[in-house]
Amino acid sequence: MSAPLLSVRGLRTVFPTRRGPLAAADGVDFDIAAGEALGVVGESGSGKSVTFLSVLGLIRPPGRVEAGEILFGGRDLRRMPAPELRALRGRMLALAMQDALSALNPSLTIGTQIVETLRAHGIPGDPRAEAVRLLGRVGIPDAARRLGDYPHQFSGGMRQRAMIAISLAARPRLLVADEPTTALDVTIRAQVLYLLDELRVEDGLAVAMITHDLAVVAERCERVMVMYAGQVAETGPTAEVIARPRHPYTRGLMESLPRLDQPDRPLHPIPGQVPDLAAVDAGCRFRNRCALAVAACAAPVPLRDVGAERLSRCIRAEEVS
Amino acid sequence: MSAARLVERLIQLPLVLFGVSVVVFLMMTLTPGDPVEIMLADQRATEEQAQALRRDLGLDRPLPERYLIFVGNALTGDFGVSFFHRRPVFDVISERLPATIELTLVALLIAVAVAVPLGVAAAVKRDSWLDRALTAAALFGVSLPGFWFGILLILLFAVQLGWFPVGGRIPFDAEVPWVSGFLLVDTLLAGRPDAFLRALSHLALPAITLGLPAAALLARVIRSSMSEVLAADYVLFAEAKGLPRRRVLFLHALKNALIPAVTVLAIEAGSLLGGSMIVETVFGWPGLGRVVVEGIFARNYPLVQAAVLLYAVIYVTLNFGADLLYAALNPKVRL
Ligand SMILES: Nc1ncnc2c1ncn2[C@@H]1O[C@H](COP(=O)(O)OP(=O)(O)OP(=O)(O)O)[C@@H](O)[C@H]1O
Ligand SMILES: [Mg+2]
Repeated sequence: MSAPLLSVRGLRTVFPTRRGPLAAADGVDFDIAAGEALGVVGESGSGKSVTFLSVLGLIRPPGRVEAGEILFGGRDLRRMPAPELRALRGRMLALAMQDALSALNPSLTIGTQIVETLRAHGIPGDPRAEAVRLLGRVGIPDAARRLGDYPHQFSGGMRQRAMIAISLAARPRLLVADEPTTALDVTIRAQVLYLLDELRVEDGLAVAMITHDLAVVAERCERVMVMYAGQVAETGPTAEVIARPRHPYTRGLMESLPRLDQPDRPLHPIPGQVPDLAAVDAGCRFRNRCALAVAACAAPVPLRDVGAERLSRCIRAEEVS
Repeated sequence: MSAARLVERLIQLPLVLFGVSVVVFLMMTLTPGDPVEIMLADQRATEEQAQALRRDLGLDRPLPERYLIFVGNALTGDFGVSFFHRRPVFDVISERLPATIELTLVALLIAVAVAVPLGVAAAVKRDSWLDRALTAAALFGVSLPGFWFGILLILLFAVQLGWFPVGGRIPFDAEVPWVSGFLLVDTLLAGRPDAFLRALSHLALPAITLGLPAAALLARVIRSSMSEVLAADYVLFAEAKGLPRRRVLFLHALKNALIPAVTVLAIEAGSLLGGSMIVETVFGWPGLGRVVVEGIFARNYPLVQAAVLLYAVIYVTLNFGADLLYAALNPKVRL
């Protein structure tokens, strides 16, 4: 395999809190190749959004990326001067958010919000015509007439698709999709996901698909990354990870999430609670909830190769069934 | 703004005016002090002469009748004759109003010009020295009595440094024909840039006295609405699109942050009009505020009543204007 499009090593992002510094991402490693879809799953608060906002350089002060390497096309985004990074944002690295209602500016028209993106990156051609084409591509009917509409004049599904059209406007190489289809109904979701698949195949778009929907990951993502308490618990080819988890958390997560393909399967929530990120030690962060925990789990656990292109942060990975 | 809100506003105006007219009428007539005595104070007038003057001014009639006459005349645009000036109140007010409006507008301009950049900067650099200084200054500006600030400015910049005149609006040798009543406009229309500059130097200190405390309050409002907006998802999304920082701050964020500020601005414009009474007196500014203050001391009923009604009209109109502007800025609110 050629060098990945994005390669993150040792990412550590910290927010100061009253109870001390909180590392919302702590030693995160992963790669995404061009044209690949990486599924990113994990309970709420596991650091999925923080990890990818760090990649985009969008962590707001007083939070900051404290350590790590974020190689994009071979260049470290952390060392890049701010104007250069800004030029990459939208053009190379794009973000689609969960809630279009809050992601779109309520006092600017949809047309303005697409056209400004095209202009900011000097996309050639008539920006209005391009905006109409983009909206048409995500399935917004009569797009030319709707450019002058404000976000609140769009229906929820249309708004979400318009936001995705804006994210894709400058033809980025990597799309961070932070639960962008959660709010959509089934047909529209399928349509949007199909569009992303198409762009991946035709255009080599890489997608980081942050989601709580394991079915989406199983169907569309070659690889999956499971996050827990600011760390990567496990990564690997999706089918492998789902069939044979190599981390107790992954197994617990799969038993706790509903699946569209097995609606009658009983759900088993993971007992216990996510540790307080401002007060974690160097040991395994899952050990207080883990049935396999032993004394050795209190020592630092690195992410290690467990074969078949898989990595796990569990010393008993091979015993997980 | 909904149509209902518009109708509500239109109904509100006559009600407010009615209330204000009753209150100002009662306050003027029931507080101690007799206008006739004040007018005749340094003349040796007989009791008969005083009675004649009282009859002349209509002050011998019963209160309710006097109120009805006042309201009846006011409805036809007749506000009576100023006791002191012996001229129609309408004329006195129209002569003085432009000076006050000019002062207020320039003060507002100063307030906006100072408050917007400071408020934005403080919101962008939260908890920086600038932010802290602004918070302190705003507290100071809000609690500072206007006349005291004005006197400080006069002492420093007019008396000590001699940079600005001590008071007044324009020197005699710079007077220009009256066109709009706004000296900054009329001097330019008369082709007298020298007179323009002198009018401006007279205007500077009173306008700063009025404008800076207003700027302090407005800057705080903008700081807090801007901080809120900067934390919004749409600002993050705008940054994720790779827009230039200027566009993110001044279009995406500020446009939304100004929506609450507009209402505050309208209320401030109203209170600047009120504050102008004191500042005009301190600076000898020949505006409506000073005439009203003089009128209150002289028990000049018709003048004060008309002026207060005018203030009420302006105040309600400003609020109405704020609603319209709010609707214009906020696409979710449509007429
Ligand atoms: N600005 C911030 N200040 C302090 N803590 C923060 C901030 N942003 C995120 N965090 C903390 O970082 C942790 C990870 O948050 P993150 O938003 O990345 O979770 P997530 O995995 O995306 O969850 P979800 O599935 O709910 O979106 C959480 O514990 C959160 O409280
Ligand atoms: Mg998230």
